[in-house]
Amino acid sequence: MSTISESIPTPDQTQGGDVQAGVFDPNDPEGPPPERRVFLAVTIFVVYFAVVLILGKYAPGTVGTIARGMLRESISAQTAAVAIAIIGLNIHFGYTGLLNMGQAGFMMLGAYGFSISIWHGLPMVVGIVMGLLAAFVFALILGVPTLKLRGDYLAIVTISAAEILRYIGRLARLEDFTGAAQGIPGSQYREPFVGLSFFGNGTFDLGGWLPTLQSTGVNGWWVRFVAWLLVAICCVLVWLLVRSPWGRLLRGIREDEDAIRSLGKNVFAIKMQALIIGGLFGALGGIVYILPSSMQPDAMGRSLTFFCWTALLLGGAATVFGPVMGAVLFFALRIFIQGASDALVPNSIMNTAQTAQFAWICVGVALMLLVIFRPQGILGDKRELRFNV
Amino acid sequence: MSEQTAVTGTPGPLADPEARRALMADVSREPGSSKPDPILEVDHIIRNFGGMTAVHVEHLEVQRGIITALIGPNGAGKTTFFNLITGFDKPSSAKTGAHWSFEGNKLDKTSASSVALAGMVRTFQLTKSLNRMTVMDNMMLGARGQRGENLLTSMFKSTWGAQEKAIEAKAIELLHRFKLHTKKDDYAGSLSGGQRKLLEMARALMSDPTMIMLDEPMAGVNPALTQSLLGHIQTLRDEGMTVLFVEHDMHVVRHISDWVVVMAEGRIVAEGPADTVMSNPAVIDAYLGAHHDTDLGDDSLLSDEALEEMAAEVAAEKAEREGETA
Repeated sequence: MSTISESIPTPDQTQGGDVQAGVFDPNDPEGPPPERRVFLAVTIFVVYFAVVLILGKYAPGTVGTIARGMLRESISAQTAAVAIAIIGLNIHFGYTGLLNMGQAGFMMLGAYGFSISIWHGLPMVVGIVMGLLAAFVFALILGVPTLKLRGDYLAIVTISAAEILRYIGRLARLEDFTGAAQGIPGSQYREPFVGLSFFGNGTFDLGGWLPTLQSTGVNGWWVRFVAWLLVAICCVLVWLLVRSPWGRLLRGIREDEDAIRSLGKNVFAIKMQALIIGGLFGALGGIVYILPSSMQPDAMGRSLTFFCWTALLLGGAATVFGPVMGAVLFFALRIFIQGASDALVPNSIMNTAQTAQFAWICVGVALMLLVIFRPQGILGDKRELRFNV
Repeated sequence: MSEQTAVTGTPGPLADPEARRALMADVSREPGSSKPDPILEVDHIIRNFGGMTAVHVEHLEVQRGIITALIGPNGAGKTTFFNLITGFDKPSSAKTGAHWSFEGNKLDKTSASSVALAGMVRTFQLTKSLNRMTVMDNMMLGARGQRGENLLTSMFKSTWGAQEKAIEAKAIELLHRFKLHTKKDDYAGSLSGGQRKLLEMARALMSDPTMIMLDEPMAGVNPALTQSLLGHIQTLRDEGMTVLFVEHDMHVVRHISDWVVVMAEGRIVAEGPADTVMSNPAVIDAYLGAHHDTDLGDDSLLSDEALEEMAAEVAAEKAEREGETA
């Protein structure tokens, strides 16, 4: 957390008794209290979706196209998948303070476990279990040597371990097992999942309000429904976890491990539990991520990890809804920048291919600006970040 | 058992100063002397940092139920010694006979958290209040054996809700006692330095310790708050808790401690009741230097005899020290 803290004038050390009125204003607009955060999250969501829905349906020309693109991206299954992975990252970083720079590695393990198992003839349930198990073992292997060290070491180990995994997946020698660099086509593992659908055939667009998609299909409403349902379940799980004394312990560890140790808590065990749980969310996100597309190791590289981080910081770390809001707005914002710059900037300056890259550049700049000017994100509590330990 | 003592404040048998004086009257004033009822026994703890020996304690016993002060000038190794016996650091002599036990239980290889669970809870010289959590959350973290801290049961509030309420009530009672209850929903980072010290002490008490170890509780605290801190420490003692605290200000120590252990250059150089230990030559030596009463501006010191005398003294001291460590 040390990267995103601000210096404040320390309260006067020499004053003892009833000093320090007015350091905090409870109505400080920068720091919404927890109960107002839910309200804020719902408001932002409602306003955002109302705007893109109405513009998408009624606005003519480019504006309508951009709005429809944003809407499509916001509700896509892959956005939901990334949201689940970010929920896991939020447990790592937001609540426990673990710098996991390899969340994409956890996603890839989940995806590989799922797709390889089904590809090689195992039932889907086994595939899901294999994916989660792989992430569990990965968390254990990473955690045992690093969790007793300072936080930075975990960052180094996770980012390199995730890359090592990706390169192993790409090995030509393993082509029959992992599909090597080509990966595994979605048709090899998708059938059992699509077969579960009770949405029937045909298409659905809610009277022209939503994009026209197949009800079941490869990338239709069925996979979206399941993906967002999982997001909701994950949010509830996280809420149950972090309101408990266990969640309090996580935040305590984030603040000062030694203090928690001096109170007789097994810090290593708690950090390991947090690493595993966040990793399992990551693996689940990975499974959902490949359902509407194919299993390609290069799709889950470092950049996906950094998207997760940007979205987490955008939404607000250490909040339950922050990851979801961050994921939705992050992908929508990228589409918006790309569409707007494509429409406004003449092709002689920036052509369509370049606007896509420009959008990614903006993402990087946005991450920097966020960390500098609004480290608590949209929903975070600024007061939690105000004190530099 | 100690739950009662921590909160309700019934005076223990050692609340009477005469009783404490009588108890310690027969104890030898030698470093490492044996106590009538030691709660903590330490043997042969050495900690080297490179070539420097920061701590070298051969034997120390801490008497149950009284306030023991561990004093010494800066760099004497008090905090390092504290870290060693609370499991935050490992002695260099870990494999060559370092032993310490608390209430008869060996602590040689236990971690910091097990030491705390054994009933020996410490605070830190640089206060470790959890600044970005509320005062109440800080307090709640202190309680031991919380069912809700188990990952499997934490998701079901029915398993820990009742316990949580009980802990909360206890926390509020302790906050009242330390006059922090009005701040219970504030972030700990917004408290003043002295209030953070109080909060840290209150948090340590949440775990019902049998012995509380305070590392420089008075550092950076203004005189008025020092008074109330000292009062709190005495109350704890009167309720039957054992207190060991580190301090380098002798005057603070004189007021409240029943027994004083003096450290210098990593060793224990003297022990005894506060009033007598202050006049011990070894203590004066440690604080002020052996020649503190010599006038350095005196020309007669520059005579050859005087210089030779001093050189001989230094050599003898050196030889003695080398003989000890060999």
